[in-house]
Amino acid sequence: MFLQQLINGIALGSTYALIALGYTMVYGIITLINFAHGEIFMVGAFVGLLLVSVLKLNIFLAMAGSMAFCMIMGVVIEFIAYRPLRKSSRLSALISAIGVSIFLSSLAMMVFGANAKGFPSEAFPARQLHIGNADISTLQLLIIGVSALLMLALEFIVQKTKIGKAMRATSEDYNTAALMGINVNFVISFTFALGSALAAAGGVLVGLLFNSVSFNMGLMAGLKAFAAAVLGGIGSIPGAMLGGLLLGVAEVFGVAIGYSSYRDAIAFAILVLVLLVRPTGLLGRKILKKV
Amino acid sequence: MLTVDNLSVYYGAIRALHQVSCRVDQGEIVALIGANGAGKTTILTTISGIVSSSTGSIAFEGEDITRMPAHQIVTKGISQVPEGRRVFARMSVQENLEMGGFILSNKQEIKQGIERAFTLFPRLAERRKQAARTLSGGEQQMLAMGRALMSNPRLLLLDEPSMGLAPMLVEKIFEIIVEINKTGTTIMLVEQNASMALSIAHRAYVLETGEVVLSGSASDLASNPEVRKAYLGE
Ligand SMILES: Nc1ncnc2c1ncn2[C@@H]1O[C@H](COP(=O)(O)OP(=O)(O)OP(=O)(O)O)[C@@H](O)[C@H]1O
Ligand SMILES: [Mg+2]
Repeated sequence: MFLQQLINGIALGSTYALIALGYTMVYGIITLINFAHGEIFMVGAFVGLLLVSVLKLNIFLAMAGSMAFCMIMGVVIEFIAYRPLRKSSRLSALISAIGVSIFLSSLAMMVFGANAKGFPSEAFPARQLHIGNADISTLQLLIIGVSALLMLALEFIVQKTKIGKAMRATSEDYNTAALMGINVNFVISFTFALGSALAAAGGVLVGLLFNSVSFNMGLMAGLKAFAAAVLGGIGSIPGAMLGGLLLGVAEVFGVAIGYSSYRDAIAFAILVLVLLVRPTGLLGRKILKKV
Repeated sequence: MLTVDNLSVYYGAIRALHQVSCRVDQGEIVALIGANGAGKTTILTTISGIVSSSTGSIAFEGEDITRMPAHQIVTKGISQVPEGRRVFARMSVQENLEMGGFILSNKQEIKQGIERAFTLFPRLAERRKQAARTLSGGEQQMLAMGRALMSNPRLLLLDEPSMGLAPMLVEKIFEIIVEINKTGTTIMLVEQNASMALSIAHRAYVLETGEVVLSGSASDLASNPEVRKAYLGE
């Protein structure tokens, strides 16, 4: 029972973590809360669904296709909606982000209708495995495996590659990064591409997990993932991973012990409690005032 | 080599520079001195393309770079050690140097650049894996200088390299600046420590509230009574 719930929680939490990473990376670089990020996740789920049901691609190819599509979408959104406001107040950019978010969910409702769609059952024929007395679905293992792989790949990019180092430099000090010859606009585009690709993968996985894809799925998932990013310490990549997993596990256990009607409130309750004790989040850095 | 012509810069409604003209010739060390808020840093950040000017022009080796984006200016051969060093605190010494060599595409060249920085500043070599925030102020200054040299600049802009350093270390840093200049790098040096700056510079400009009020050879300025009174503490 415990093991089973733990696996349920980790699977759900992995998807929160995938989405949370996009919030935290974008915030780390341009201190913008990309309100449209949840809708990128939603679009990712739809694109994956279309590729599976219309083009009959297998789930992995569909996920890759959806990631590529959302990468471009993320870059375009930044270019159209945020870049022109880079030097304006933060509030303007935030309002623009909310606008993009509303636009995308309305567009999805017009195109796909208001009813939730499901993945065809042959998209990923999940089997149940019995480990001890726990029933674990291969779908959960897929979700955990794919998420872990993507997060490892992200960690490699950020720590070891030239563009990843440029991302870290830019998020520490935008102007000084430019003085190094780093094209910060390119780095920002790249950050949106990475974050959006992860959200798209999350969208496909969540669509499979709940067998439901709908125009408004980005709202709650986006809010919870944002809570996960803040819980972990916004701007911190390991923080977003940890925050996502914690919230997923807490939600599943909360439901298991009988608080199912508070399912969506659990994440925010934890967030508030942690922020009371640690205002910078679990792995967030103290914000040093410049002297 | 560098020609700044009639440059005016505003931060919103605040005028930071008013019709500043100055030049730096190949091989020189040129000092910019002036009180707090005179606009020294603004000149350097405008040359580097971080701040944009409202009027005036900047030309480097005959090419107009006034509106060029900052990252492209580096590829033209201008590099800067910014005020307050601004090392990437959470990145290691080695990674900071790698960032300095961002425009280099050849791995071998990056490696050689890092070795050169370690020869110039042996204390950095012992700390190559350490996060830059754990370095002392003097070591951070060395790192910022080593980082700026990674791109093999022909013109190096230095903003207050002596800030907050003990006198011994200031002397050492200035020796290294002279050494860097002797190996063929032209230098534009902003300093509050006017006596040190004038002692190594060939020429200098004196800036007051955003305007150039005096210029000339460093030795002439060092013996100018007004300069001695205002900036050399006499
Ligand atoms: N980002 C900014 N926003 C608004 N005003 C600024 C900004 N940066 C500089 N200023 C103003 O422009 C003027 C020139 O500043 P600058 O930093 O160039 O002076 P400085 O000569 O380098 O001074 P210091 O010796 O203290 O470093 C000052 O009045 C300063 O207050
Ligand atoms: Mg200054």
